Amino acid sequence: MHDLSVAALALGLRNRDFSSTELTQHCLQRIRALDPHYNSFISVDEVGALDAARQADARLAAGETAPLLGIPLAHKDIFCTSGLRTSCGSKMLDNFIPPYDATVTRRLRDAGTVLLGKTNMDEFAMGSSSETSFYGSSRNPWDTSRVPGGSSGGSAAAVAARLVPLATGTDTGGSIRQPASFCGITGLKPTYGRVSRLGMVAYASSLDQGGPMARTAEDCALLLNAIAGFDPQDSTSSEQPVEDYTAQLAQPLSGLRIGLPREYFGEGLEQATGERVRAALALLELQGATLVDITLPHTGLSIPTYYIIAPAEASTNLSRYDGVRYGHRCENPRNLHDLYTRSRQEGFGEEVKRRILVGTYALSAGYYDAYYRKAQQVRRLIRQDFLDAFTDVDVIAGPTTPGPAFGLGAKTSDPVSMYLEDVYTLAVNLAGLPAMSVPAGQVNGLPVGLQLIGQHFDESRLLNVAHQLQQASDWHLQLPPEAGL
Amino acid sequence: MNWEVVIGLEVHLQLATESKIFSGAATRFGAEPNTQACAVDLAMPGMLPVLNEQAVRYAVMFGLGIGAEIGLRSVFDRKNYFYPDLPKGYQISQFQEPIVGRGHFDIQLEDGSVRRIGITRAHLEEDAGKSLHEDFHDQTGIDLNRAGTPLLEIVSEPDLRSAEEAVAYLKTLHSLVTSLGISDGNMAEGSMRCDINLSLRPAGSETLGTRAEIKNVNSFRFVEKAIHHEVERQADILESGGKVVQETRLYDADRDETRSMRSKEVANDYRYFPEPDLLPVVIEQSWVDSIRASLPELPAARRERFIADYGLGAYDATVLAAERPLAEFYEAVAKGCGDAKIAANWVQVELLGQLNRNDLQLSESPVHAPALAVLLQRILDGSISGKIGKQVFEAMWAGEGDADSIIEARGLRQVSDSSALRAMVAEVIRDNPEQVQQYLAADEGRRKKLSGFFVGQIMKLSRGQANPQMVSNLLNEQLADAGKNGDT
Repeated sequence: MHDLSVAALALGLRNRDFSSTELTQHCLQRIRALDPHYNSFISVDEVGALDAARQADARLAAGETAPLLGIPLAHKDIFCTSGLRTSCGSKMLDNFIPPYDATVTRRLRDAGTVLLGKTNMDEFAMGSSSETSFYGSSRNPWDTSRVPGGSSGGSAAAVAARLVPLATGTDTGGSIRQPASFCGITGLKPTYGRVSRLGMVAYASSLDQGGPMARTAEDCALLLNAIAGFDPQDSTSSEQPVEDYTAQLAQPLSGLRIGLPREYFGEGLEQATGERVRAALALLELQGATLVDITLPHTGLSIPTYYIIAPAEASTNLSRYDGVRYGHRCENPRNLHDLYTRSRQEGFGEEVKRRILVGTYALSAGYYDAYYRKAQQVRRLIRQDFLDAFTDVDVIAGPTTPGPAFGLGAKTSDPVSMYLEDVYTLAVNLAGLPAMSVPAGQVNGLPVGLQLIGQHFDESRLLNVAHQLQQASDWHLQLPPEAGL
Repeated sequence: MNWEVVIGLEVHLQLATESKIFSGAATRFGAEPNTQACAVDLAMPGMLPVLNEQAVRYAVMFGLGIGAEIGLRSVFDRKNYFYPDLPKGYQISQFQEPIVGRGHFDIQLEDGSVRRIGITRAHLEEDAGKSLHEDFHDQTGIDLNRAGTPLLEIVSEPDLRSAEEAVAYLKTLHSLVTSLGISDGNMAEGSMRCDINLSLRPAGSETLGTRAEIKNVNSFRFVEKAIHHEVERQADILESGGKVVQETRLYDADRDETRSMRSKEVANDYRYFPEPDLLPVVIEQSWVDSIRASLPELPAARRERFIADYGLGAYDATVLAAERPLAEFYEAVAKGCGDAKIAANWVQVELLGQLNRNDLQLSESPVHAPALAVLLQRILDGSISGKIGKQVFEAMWAGEGDADSIIEARGLRQVSDSSALRAMVAEVIRDNPEQVQQYLAADEGRRKKLSGFFVGQIMKLSRGQANPQMVSNLLNEQLADAGKNGDT
């Protein structure tokens, strides 16, 4: 059962080949048996999951045919889940049980999905390896001595290890795409504003976006159908009508123009990774797409721009964790100042503190113009690069990351080398565009991801290209070694 | 040295919306602590602000009321600082691009002169919660009911020159916002809070002196007192050769003094930046126009109308037109009794006098406009004298009934029966021969004065109910007769 795609599982449930309860028990059993190797879950909710599965079975028995009814999934532990701890990978929220659901969580509950638990992540989504988690790093199922990527590393590992067919992630600078790439799964970061941020713990508000992580593009489309759409409680969510994201999957690619940014294939890209990416592109070319060389001249500025804007927003988004109303509070505070400083000192990890300090500095009087304002100006240039490119091409493609998954601890002592991991993914968030990572083969037994970048609200096209690639290849079907079995 | 006082005021006005500026929680005053704070107000993880359209409408109404430029595009910013009653660790405010730009309104001083005061800007922001230091032994309680209540911060130019002008400014502002219906203006409940920026400079100087800011002064009287104190304090410093320190001070009403809260050198760096959770507020000119078309009559226009239509003097018109409830009360009385001037007089002297003495709001007055109009009709139609009218008013105030039933029950109807009055006049003349002789011997000017004595005696005899006009006529008649009789 655990090798089936969501589409196939839904068919099996409707045909009574198995019940949601059986499927859920199977997943829970795999999590119990295997997750000690991957540490992909922070919380597993067996009781809640089985309860939801029973309800789904009742709805199935009543003849309901909602596409995700009875399908088990996991949420990145950044999405608030009513009654279930939402830690955001931090000691600060280790004791936090929200009394409300995120819009994403609620929509998926309403769709009849079965929530198995909450997945591991970099603390407050700040990281590219899942190593900043208070709960310890997740591990890459292809090689457990390596990172699964981050920040949505737990979701990527759980899907890759087939503990769960479907998971949610969030992507602020590559946090869905990079772990999808490292773990050999398919992940989609939607257009900024496509998916509600309500109830998603904020890291960088103008960049954060939730999205699906699954084995196939079709599965991503099914999940996106359930979570996309305007939310009156998120002012930055878009009123643009939602499409059926499965409708365009089968479109042939003839006439499609794919832009290859010169900057994404230059220095820094590992040769073997570049070869796999070119091979995947050649496959798309065979299907009728035209490859066009393009340039995104401000690409080199995306790392410094991102590392001003994201920490600036984060520094104030995280001010609410003050030990006053919820979350970690230090023992016996002597006074208000002591309460603040010790609660935050104890509750936050190193990377979070680093970004709060950087962000606070960037917004400070006297530095604002040089850093934050300048970064916003460059952000507009980066966005304009893409808009200009899209006058000539339909989709932009390149590697998701410079190379495959790195070893645990390899970059933890050098934050800047960790930041460089995100060189191909950050610009997409700065421009608010949708983008995917799709499996494109392996290097030394480690998956490589092809990144596809679309125009604003053109998720259907991305899913179409990814699906066509998956019709013509089997990279997404390759399985990691079954650890411990 | 002769100092010129330079004052600018920042007023934090709570807008009278049903719900908060960025959440659906209620804004009612006086609820149990923390019963009107939802997940957004508590800054729970993942919560997002959603702008209340009514707050924007009210801000636009204010802008139109002061003839200001309306920001068709305005931007919310985060103002960052840590405080326990500020749950997010930042206040959502407007910094660079406020919704209301430059405007002005006129204030009238007691001597009748009018001054135009500039408004620099007005912007929307959210209120903080309250820290409660009493009732919690060695600890601080936090009540977040007020957190997220919409505020309009109204910043004046440094155009005010005295405590009197500052108070007149606040009263005019109060009258404007209550007339617009955008705030209840209740200072005791904190709906209108004032920060005073004050500096001194040698009279005639053009450059501004160093200012101090006095925070959160919450009544007209305290504003007046705080300004007097601060002027004295700064004058003392300057005259003894010292320098005023730029700082924030607190007015302590109990001890009637201002004292330093913090100096600007250690002031917070608020690290303002645009709020990424909210889009810029873009409003259409057509929406602004439709709001303009539906604005209620404003005090300045009403004042002009009272002068033109009712023939009131400038001061009476200012007082009566200032607040919509009083203006409506006055107009109902004026129309009901048919005499705008007597209505103006009674509303200001008797009604407002009683309200002030009893510390009541107009809405709490036991005498309503139609009842007062009936009383004034009785004065106007001669049923009672003005003096008796005051007695009747007091009885009405005490809840003894309407004017007619009180006049009836107490037998206060004016005696206009000429035979009865004639008899009373005759009696008084008969009983006071000495005064009659004095009167007859006196010249015209003195006679007038002496006739007052007789009128007084007659009124006494009639227990105040004699029609004074008739008494005067009959008295003149009978005294003239007495003179003739005496001659013969």
